[in-house]
Amino acid sequence: MNFLAIGTEIAIALLMLIVLAADLLLPKDVSHRRIGVISMVGLAVILVYTFGQYHIGASPTFFGGLFFVDNYALFFKQLFIIGMLFTILFSLEYTEKLLRYRGEFYVLLLSALLGMCVMASANDFITTFVGLELMTVSFYILVGARMTSEDSSEAAVKYLIVGAASTAVMLYGMSLVYGAAGSLVFSEVCRNIHLFYAAGLAGVIMVIIGFFFKLSVIPFHMWAPDVYQGAPTPVTALLAMGSKAAGIAVFMRILYTAFPILGNFWLPLLAGFAALCMIGGNIMAIRQTDIKRMLAYSSIAQAGYMMVGMAAADLAGMKAVLFYAMLYVFANLGAFAVLTVIDTERGGTSRRDITGLAQAAPLLAAVMTISLLSMAGIPPTAGFAGKLYLFTAVVERGYLWLAFVGFVMSMISVYYYLMVAKAMYRDLTPEEAEYAAPVYVPLTVRAAVLVSVFATLGLGICPEWLASLTNAAVQTFMR
Amino acid sequence: MISFVEMMHLALHVGLPHFLLLSAVLFAIGLFGLFTKKGIIAVLMCIELMLNAVNINFIAFNHYMPATDLSGQLMALFSIAVAAAEVAIGLALAFRIYHDHHTVNVDDLNHLKG
Repeated sequence: MNFLAIGTEIAIALLMLIVLAADLLLPKDVSHRRIGVISMVGLAVILVYTFGQYHIGASPTFFGGLFFVDNYALFFKQLFIIGMLFTILFSLEYTEKLLRYRGEFYVLLLSALLGMCVMASANDFITTFVGLELMTVSFYILVGARMTSEDSSEAAVKYLIVGAASTAVMLYGMSLVYGAAGSLVFSEVCRNIHLFYAAGLAGVIMVIIGFFFKLSVIPFHMWAPDVYQGAPTPVTALLAMGSKAAGIAVFMRILYTAFPILGNFWLPLLAGFAALCMIGGNIMAIRQTDIKRMLAYSSIAQAGYMMVGMAAADLAGMKAVLFYAMLYVFANLGAFAVLTVIDTERGGTSRRDITGLAQAAPLLAAVMTISLLSMAGIPPTAGFAGKLYLFTAVVERGYLWLAFVGFVMSMISVYYYLMVAKAMYRDLTPEEAEYAAPVYVPLTVRAAVLVSVFATLGLGICPEWLASLTNAAVQTFMR
Repeated sequence: MISFVEMMHLALHVGLPHFLLLSAVLFAIGLFGLFTKKGIIAVLMCIELMLNAVNINFIAFNHYMPATDLSGQLMALFSIAVAAAEVAIGLALAFRIYHDHHTVNVDDLNHLKG
């Protein structure tokens, strides 16, 4: 038993318990910011620790190879930890003002993070399932965490029903794969030729459909806009970057290590659904007036872009997916930090609520614009470099049409992203003068948005640093 | 066409196909109920049916497999635990939406749309 291999997970679980105990010890009427600070400090230490886990030789494993800590898993774990760390940073104020159960909120965030980290390392269906459920069950509660909002409870119910049903479909698929292949370990499944039998194929399809639900791929996306809109804003941010990236991490590992012999079946399927996502997500985002709902459709489109890289199914494609997932985290951090402040101060996230933000809080308006431009893929933001990697990878594999669809849809997406910028920067009419009143921006939010902007611009101007890290992560995939 | 003798043989010896059929029927009933039922409690029961169908599948495959390694039964155990957690949260949310919306009818939850 190599307990060092699961050091990250043990540390997160311990941190979770410490936070839980601290919440119990703290009187109810005292500010709970210190609990947030404890979890942030803990996460920062764990983040530094994960850098030390990168390795060159054989990857450490745990539980007889069921838990696999290769550089690929480490990269995703760092992505989740960074996302969680900065989400807690910019939501301290929001949690304090709008949530009733503040201590539990941090505990559940950490348990969702634990689930994501387990997923990134999963090397068999049991570990995948346990990690996935730890994450989604935590998210069911987090989505409903805003006790005073009726939208929050409605979103939680919708998420629970769709999430549980998709889990059942995925599990049924896993059971069929297990019956056909005789094992739940990815590397054993891929060796078994019985996967070509009807039961095996049905199982593979159901597993893929289950993941499509989790990644909100069109046409399995109907839950996403409602849930994103109703959930507390920091939780929406985590759903968009953490939950989606975790799904992609484990989906990619399953496709490449458990089902590679069926590649001829699922590769065209993946390319088709990627195109559907990019087209549908971007078109439907245009007519949204609520920014969170718009970002939900935008995240459907972003999942489509990442699936383009998965459809390339080679090292360059994987590298592009990893790169894009990381820069999407930074873009999301900026956008949702701004939305969190707006939600706290103005009580909503519709396009009307961000009117005149350029006068009320110039920093936030600038950050929002840069983050959205990064999602659209405009140079010199990181989004441009990410899309360049994705599309070159897929063109080299012969999917020219897919890159073309992605390119056209990126251009269309600029429209609705800039509509948001227009709402923030346009001149105010005399009736709207109240919107020019300065908005209180806490210091923590300033720090979070500055980090996100520097990362977005920095990675756009010199993407080599992150590219070399993704290279290292991909080259040693499953080794 | 199978002969009468073969049919009797099939009916008297319970084997893997019977379990798979049972689980497929259970799963289908659950899925059907998921789309047709309106109350959240009934919907949760249908999800539970689907998850139990999966458990039957895992255990049956595990039992009839040439080399037994028990991983299927292990998966069924995990799945039971997770299903319990999901239903616990589902019931808590049922209370919550009854408090917020004065209904447990899932179809009436239509404030969020666009």
